[in-house]
Amino acid sequence: MFDIEHYYEAKSVEDAVRLLSEHEDAEIISGGTDVLVKLRDGKGAGGTLVSIHEIPSLHGVYVQPDGTLEIRPATCFTDLTYHPLIQKYVPYLGEAVDTVGGPQVRNQGTIGGNICNGATSADSAATMQTLNAVVVLQGVDGVRRVPVTEFYTGPGRTVRRHDEVCRAFEIHPEDYVGFTGCYMKYGKRAAMEIATLGCCVRVRLDQSLSTIEEARIGYGVAAPTPIRCPNTEAALVGKSVTDEGIYELIGTGVLDEVNPRSSWRASKEFRLQLISELAKRSLREAIRRSLNHEAPGLAAPDEERR
Amino acid sequence: MLNIVHMWVNGKEVELAVDPRESLLETLREKLNLTSVKKGCGVGECGACTVLIDGVAVDTCLYLTMWADSKHILTTEGLKGPNGELNPIQQAFIDEAAVQCGFCTPGLIMTAVEIVGTGRKYTREELRKLIAGHLCRCTGYENILNAIEKVAGIHS
Amino acid sequence: MESVGKSFVRVDARGKVTGEAKYANDLMPKDCLQAKVVRSTIANGVVKSIDISEAEKVPGVVKIVTCFDVPDIQFPTAGHPWSVEAAHQDVPDRKLLNTRVRQWGDDIAAVVAVDNVAAERAASLIRVEYEEYDPIVTVEEALAPGATPLHPDIRKDNIFVHTSFRTSPDFDYDKAKERAIEEYGEENLIEVEGVYRTPRISHCHIEVCTSWAYVDTNGKVTVISSTQIPHITRRVIGQALGWPIGKVRVIKPYIGGGFGNKQDVLYEPLNAYLSIVCGGRPVCLELSREECISQTRTRHACKGVLRGLATKDGKLLAREGDIYTNKGAYASHGHAITGGITTNFKDIMHDEYGCRSDGYSVYTSSAVSGAMRAYGVPQAAFLADSLTDDICYAGGFDPLKFRMENCVPPGFVASNGITYYSYSLKECMKRGAEFIHWDEKRREYANQTGPIRRGVGMGIFMYKVGVYPISLETSSARMILNQDGSIQVELSATEIGQGADTVFSQMASETTGITMDKVYIISTQDTDVAPFDTGAYASRQSFVTGKAVKKCALELRARILDYASYMLNRPAEELMIWRNNICEKIHTGDPVPERPARDQAEEKPAEQNTKKLALGGSYIDNSRNDGSVGESAKYSAWLDGKVKEYDIHDLPNGEAAILRDTGVEKDIQPGEVLLSMEELAMNAFYSLDRSEHITAEVTNQCKENTFASGCCFVDIEVDMPLGKVKVNNIINVHDSGTLLNPKLAEAQVHGGMSMGIGYALTEEILYNEKGRPLNANLLDFKIPTAMDVPDYHVEFLEMDDPMGPYGNKALGEPPAIPVAPAIRNAILHATGVSMKEIPMTQQKLVAAFKEAGLI
Repeated sequence: MFDIEHYYEAKSVEDAVRLLSEHEDAEIISGGTDVLVKLRDGKGAGGTLVSIHEIPSLHGVYVQPDGTLEIRPATCFTDLTYHPLIQKYVPYLGEAVDTVGGPQVRNQGTIGGNICNGATSADSAATMQTLNAVVVLQGVDGVRRVPVTEFYTGPGRTVRRHDEVCRAFEIHPEDYVGFTGCYMKYGKRAAMEIATLGCCVRVRLDQSLSTIEEARIGYGVAAPTPIRCPNTEAALVGKSVTDEGIYELIGTGVLDEVNPRSSWRASKEFRLQLISELAKRSLREAIRRSLNHEAPGLAAPDEERR
Repeated sequence: MLNIVHMWVNGKEVELAVDPRESLLETLREKLNLTSVKKGCGVGECGACTVLIDGVAVDTCLYLTMWADSKHILTTEGLKGPNGELNPIQQAFIDEAAVQCGFCTPGLIMTAVEIVGTGRKYTREELRKLIAGHLCRCTGYENILNAIEKVAGIHS
Repeated sequence: MESVGKSFVRVDARGKVTGEAKYANDLMPKDCLQAKVVRSTIANGVVKSIDISEAEKVPGVVKIVTCFDVPDIQFPTAGHPWSVEAAHQDVPDRKLLNTRVRQWGDDIAAVVAVDNVAAERAASLIRVEYEEYDPIVTVEEALAPGATPLHPDIRKDNIFVHTSFRTSPDFDYDKAKERAIEEYGEENLIEVEGVYRTPRISHCHIEVCTSWAYVDTNGKVTVISSTQIPHITRRVIGQALGWPIGKVRVIKPYIGGGFGNKQDVLYEPLNAYLSIVCGGRPVCLELSREECISQTRTRHACKGVLRGLATKDGKLLAREGDIYTNKGAYASHGHAITGGITTNFKDIMHDEYGCRSDGYSVYTSSAVSGAMRAYGVPQAAFLADSLTDDICYAGGFDPLKFRMENCVPPGFVASNGITYYSYSLKECMKRGAEFIHWDEKRREYANQTGPIRRGVGMGIFMYKVGVYPISLETSSARMILNQDGSIQVELSATEIGQGADTVFSQMASETTGITMDKVYIISTQDTDVAPFDTGAYASRQSFVTGKAVKKCALELRARILDYASYMLNRPAEELMIWRNNICEKIHTGDPVPERPARDQAEEKPAEQNTKKLALGGSYIDNSRNDGSVGESAKYSAWLDGKVKEYDIHDLPNGEAAILRDTGVEKDIQPGEVLLSMEELAMNAFYSLDRSEHITAEVTNQCKENTFASGCCFVDIEVDMPLGKVKVNNIINVHDSGTLLNPKLAEAQVHGGMSMGIGYALTEEILYNEKGRPLNANLLDFKIPTAMDVPDYHVEFLEMDDPMGPYGNKALGEPPAIPVAPAIRNAILHATGVSMKEIPMTQQKLVAAFKEAGLI
């Protein structure tokens, strides 16, 4: 049994917000694949859990009227990967969360938990950074929107207040239309793995598919929080996709924008090697996908949903 | 404090008073005596406790029994036919010598049942990914893959 | 043969696929109390005091015991047969709970409560005061001047045992080198030296270590445990508690893997004690996965300081090694494994001048090292095969050719007398090389450029079967004829996943003449009932217990025939059992082939192999239907693609010859069916004239041994900038004598290959500077998933071994041995980088490739 002193099953987001505001020690539990593991380890033992596991409105992927993609946080990784909207507009996000743990964990773990637990190693984090995803938080004082690029305050820490519940992630059209991308997870095994490093590179090419018009580079585990590499992104703009120099450019450019740490899991030197090498390989794959005409257009609000 | 949870386990309607601290693993094993559900790690790292919840493979060690309310649970015990017949996956595990110590076996069989349930056929590489949530130290996965491939493989 | 050698389905397959097979915790009663071990938060020191006052207040707590409460008895834990000679006994160096803390997480107290939450809450409230010493995690720290001795009552310093082996008493490497310089000239020699390391790893059986205990109505403490060694566990519980062994009962149901970890007595004595102090109530002591990895047993980490000398034309002249193993906090299996590493390192290659290998077992304040699959030989193989390939690389030799010319030869006799009877190591290498296309690939991969490179590599091994003559080998068996003519077989050899129950059933069927469907083996061992056997380890059971099974089956068969003789009023000599019937025995003079024909050529033995062997008749001709003693056996070696057979007269033990009886004799065939076994059994039970319950029970002490051998070949791809190694093709070729059940044998090899890949690339228990384990869970301790391994290929070279009961010899452990060195050597081939330690993690590889200027 888990050492839980009080347990509440929230019926709605509002209910969850109320329960959280009433219990100072309460923690939100959704998929359980992170919270229960920590609890078993003694972290938060004897505390209170507010479950949002059974709130249907927190599941699914939708298109808002302006084409903004709305990902509800309790959507499990598997459902995200196989969701038609994800596959069509942001397939690299689906691929990214398809590298989490193993199939069962992906059937249980949620994207909301993956972002809100503040882990730099979260497999969705690098990609969500490059998507400029917006975190929609609902608290006692109402709803506020925080760009994911401003969401993290440190390892395992975010701007989410204790009584706030994440109710959606929004991805705006300017952040996905015309882009292809590639997420590469680096682990010690091919499955059941925490990322030693995660790298997502996305590009938008010009109409003739010859020049990079926009590039985005996101990392997990390259710093205490998920990060972007804005300078290298800017340096890639206007470069020809046939210029082999872009790989050297990205491979060395990112090194000035990251801050990996040494731990027993991996040394800083090793992570720097991966940061450079994965950027090159992800960029190559992202460009290949663009050249293969895989970049999506604008999503329509009445599109197929699951 | 106990809560009443109402669920269908292996096709049978069950109503149980459960402690909200219980994992589904514990409830199935200790209250319903479904000991095919094995505990290997308690933290979703080995897959031995896998069952199907509404047809989806889940690690029951990381699933609170409270969440099982109104859901359909299938464990290995539930695969047996009325006259003791085996599921084709179980038979394939026997025929392909996919069983050694047997501790990971029920969990893997449940994932295999989920795989077969999709009605699709899979390549060996796809199957490797689909069973990667289970650790097995005896078989090196070779004969397990052979068994699942026999039923759900592209050449089956 | 009728039953042996066929791929019967496992006798426990159905029970396991239905989930009905019961493991220890599946049998636990609902009211079972839960125990939690309280662990030290320092790695080295002494417990000064323990305050349990707050912990005792936690609702649901039943009992708390500390290291100040337990009996003042030190006991050994090794799953070895007890030695009746005090000098050879396992070292008793721990108590149920210890005030002297010798590893992080050492057992200092235990809480028993109504559930795990109460137990954990109480454990977290226990306050401990320590006197703390510096942690000693590595061998270097333990041997440093001034290091605290961890067991001053047993050893003055941290060297547990040091042994020195030499091929001849006067061998000295430096003198050999001088001689080589004289003989060949310095310019014609290759010398390689290096420090090679292997890691501490965890067995990672999927069932954790667990047991539950209660005191039964007779006052007997009963422990239901996931163990490989129920009878030894019984004895050790008695020793640890100071209880009569007869008042201890151990029950072993199905177990979810062991791999040697459960060949040690782990927490069963403490579990028994906790039940006793709780008034005999059932208490469960289930370890967490974290505890399993860091607080049970591990494979010894090992460091080898090695040198090797060869001539420039590829003759191995001399080697030496100083080999240090990290024993951890307690003796467990003592020096046995370190001894195994050093002897195997020495013996696997033939050094023209000789070899010295010294072994040091060193206590450290870290997890205890004990038995793990292949008992030191994986370490020996990594050391020996790495050195071999480094010599080859330096000398420009082909590693296959070099091994063919310098590996252990046919007819090898170890210093302790173990003889390599059926020999096919070189043929194994030949088959492996053919499969992997060795010559083509060595050429093809010779001059690669670019970031991704390929290579082929190989590793070899030999492995003795069981523990004789180093230790006792004994086994017993019981068979009972049921009223329907079926039989029950009862053993204390244990099924741990390897398929023991199935092959024992096949053996019983083979020798009794009762078909497999009528052989019922009792899988559970209950020491109150089951006859004595020391258990599952050393790949011994099919060999050692197999002899007991055969002997018992011969005895049962003789009793059945005796009763048939009474019923039919015919001499037993005229009768035989054939597929559940008593038949007339027909002497055809027309031999039934003993084995499926293979292309074996009876050739004259090569001169050098005949020294000790006299030519004579084959054992088959000499063994008689009544099971009487035959006198000779065949020695066979696979040379130049052909089986060559030699006869041995002076078997080490007459028992061996008895055990050559196969039940199906060359010149015997079943004639008319005279009586069914069912009729016979019913009569034997209920005859008003002569009622007899036909049973047999035997003990067989095994005083024979032999070697199994084999090799691994891999074809790999190295992605240098990412430090990733992909195994594209892999084969293990094994020489394990006659296969008892080919399909199960192959499956067992698969598992070993997977374990070998993990050993090579990812598995290692890590510690911080305080001696605390960092990665003791299945997420951070990286055993391969299905996505990390390739499809495996397995070949066997089957040759009857004269020492095996059915021509069989060890297979359980060997598959794990040669894989890591093969991968290591393939990396050398691919990149020219000589990795000196496993696991060859991505980070280590990237660092090495950078150092070599490759990336």
